[in-house]
Amino acid sequence: MNKTGAQIFWECLEREGVDVIFGYPGGATLPIYDALVTSKIHHVLVRHEQGASHMADGYARASGRVGVALATSGPGATNLITGIATALMDSSPTVFITGQVSSPLIGYDAFQETDVTGITLPITKHNYLITDVNDIAPTIREAFFLAKSGRPGPVLIDITKDAQQATIDWEYDDQPAHLPGYRPDFRPANSEFERAVEMIHNAKKPLILAGHGILISGAMEEVLEFAERTQTPVADTLLGLGAFPGSHSLSLGMMGMHGEAWVNKAIQEADLLLAFGMRFDDRVTGKISHYAPKAKKIHIEIDPSEINKNVQVDIALVGDLKEILQKMLPSISTVDHTEWLEEINTLRGHSAVRDIKNLPDNGHLYAAHVINALWQVTKGEAIIVSDVGQNQMWTAQYYRHDKPNTSITSGGLGTMGFGLPGGIGAKFAKPDQEVWVIAGDGGIQMTQAELSTIAQEGIKVNIAILNNGYLGMVRQWQEFFYDKRYSATPMKGPDLVKIAEAHGLTGIRVSSRDEVVDAIEAARKNPGTVLIDFKVEKEDSVYPMVPTGAAIDAMIRRPLPESVIQES
Amino acid sequence: MRHTFVALVEDKPGVLNRVVSVFRRRTFNIESLTVGRTHQEGISRITIVVDSDKTDVVRIMPYMYKLINVLQVEDLTYQPHVNRDLAMVKINATPENRAAIMQLAEVFRARVVDVTNNSLIIEITGDEEKIDGFVDVLRPYGIIEMVRTGIIAMERGASTLINNMGENQNYELPIEFKMA
Ligand SMILES: Cc1ncc(C[n+]2csc(CCOP(=O)(O)OP(=O)(O)O)c2C)c(N)n1
Ligand SMILES: [Mg+2]
Repeated sequence: MNKTGAQIFWECLEREGVDVIFGYPGGATLPIYDALVTSKIHHVLVRHEQGASHMADGYARASGRVGVALATSGPGATNLITGIATALMDSSPTVFITGQVSSPLIGYDAFQETDVTGITLPITKHNYLITDVNDIAPTIREAFFLAKSGRPGPVLIDITKDAQQATIDWEYDDQPAHLPGYRPDFRPANSEFERAVEMIHNAKKPLILAGHGILISGAMEEVLEFAERTQTPVADTLLGLGAFPGSHSLSLGMMGMHGEAWVNKAIQEADLLLAFGMRFDDRVTGKISHYAPKAKKIHIEIDPSEINKNVQVDIALVGDLKEILQKMLPSISTVDHTEWLEEINTLRGHSAVRDIKNLPDNGHLYAAHVINALWQVTKGEAIIVSDVGQNQMWTAQYYRHDKPNTSITSGGLGTMGFGLPGGIGAKFAKPDQEVWVIAGDGGIQMTQAELSTIAQEGIKVNIAILNNGYLGMVRQWQEFFYDKRYSATPMKGPDLVKIAEAHGLTGIRVSSRDEVVDAIEAARKNPGTVLIDFKVEKEDSVYPMVPTGAAIDAMIRRPLPESVIQES
Repeated sequence: MRHTFVALVEDKPGVLNRVVSVFRRRTFNIESLTVGRTHQEGISRITIVVDSDKTDVVRIMPYMYKLINVLQVEDLTYQPHVNRDLAMVKINATPENRAAIMQLAEVFRARVVDVTNNSLIIEITGDEEKIDGFVDVLRPYGIIEMVRTGIIAMERGASTLINNMGENQNYELPIEFKMA
């Protein structure tokens, strides 16, 4: 049948199972937008292409399916960049589509021409420039396959306007993608397996480092089985939260720069680290030369380029985590590690006294109270999409996730402004689930315009702003390491309640501890989107903290108030 | 120390840019780079020489493999291999000294490919040392211009890069990955 490139485009997306796309039109995508009218796919009109990019990413992380964003050439495409880089750093399966000027104009600095494949080369898993209508279908096929297989990531397709407009006689065919140089199917050698099993059985103080790879691979059950059978405690990376049930007795909590003190201590004491789908990011390891000095390391990872990148390991099993654990589990025996678990529990007990939740009520509202209340009211079952900064770390510390893919945040790139659009994307992925966006007063203002998208789409996303009047995380570094010179971190924000109301949404302001739970409950009951502006303690810091360049157990701890010191 | 990597890549626009970006991004320094067709349609071959003092060579193979258009990569440094460089040297040559220069060329098995009243172009192939040596002896005569292709390399014996393609189904860490 005769079809235009634009019609082929939408049919191919439908065949890939796309039900929603986040986008913003322009001259170079006019043919695609014209053909959208007859497509079954729901198009969400964003307010800035960065919003579209994070929505696609949030959608992908909440659902495990490929998230798709669409932008026009030139400025539309460049506005996607932050979101593409964010998706790459966090291995998020996403496809970005950009319109390009007509092929005869490429290279002539035509109106709104940008070398998008050039710009995005280092921030995509792969990218394509399509100038021929015949390439549209096979390229979309390859792009989706690449985005979701192996170590997932963003793939960009730049399609010229003339390719969108051209007509060919075309039928869909589902030939698998032909990618001779792409091998997502690595498997470890058997000899490596045997060595790993022996190492695991000989360990006295093993520790699982649970990363995002568990969620991507869908290996939650296998990891649980492994941890229980070998009585191995589990520490999470930021993106690994939810991969192992947070309330399980073997769950220790988050590791790294703002990880729990007992977790970092346990890493330093461990004699075996089992790194499951994590990449030893510098925020996790602290000073590499002092990292886990007593531990042998087994790294299970699908991306061979991660092996020995940051930390030298003793055994590397390269491949899909779920497959590898399934193959390994039958040879794993029951082991008892009571002593080791008790040792960690003692460390944990020492830290509890510094937890803001346990400190005497001084009448102030701390962010930890808000997140803790949110966790309790929502029974830990909401999808939590956090922004970046102190709010992100408090969320990670105080919201415990028992279910996979319920914690979504920009980890690798640390992109402020991710939260709100990320949450919108998550809501489209899981319309029946409760979604909470948690952002700082700085981050919300970066992508605040998407409140308007929420209003137009009529969706319900709950928004909690931890409003401290500062670019808090930067202020914290200035407090600790720059003699409290608060350079460019105090921030006067708009009245966020009015901002919500101006968009036809509901706004609530909370300034004291006793209003927190009521406000959260009111927001949940409201059928529409509610933004709660929590006026939290202005100069609170995230504790504990590993200063950059320090070993992970050299942590700055929360100072104890006089009253507590005298008591103990 | 110098490392010689060879890669088979899909012959498509932009692929060289992707390969080079791996180096550029990490400020790895490329000493020499050659690209050309192979006997198989659609497949190009790249030879890259880097200095391991300036480059984290251990990372190169995994990063190259990560590129979708890269079919196969090998580090030939520790394998018996032949490498060749080709140079053309344009040199001042008067009727008086022309014979002497041509004699030198013969000693190095170089070939004269262009002659004028006052110049010669001499072509020489060989490994880098041989070419360096030849250039040194020509220098006193006055080199006007020189061009070199950069190294191309090939494994000795019957095994080929193409035969090794797809061998990684049962993934064992490549040499550089192996832990000490
Ligand atoms: C796009 C972007 N710009 C700058 C930064 C650097 N940065 C990291 S945290 C932070 C402060 C965030 O302030 P706010 O959103 O109010 O959150 P808080 O830390 O106060 O919770 C900044 C500026 C960043 N991560 N992302
Ligand atoms: Mg703030």
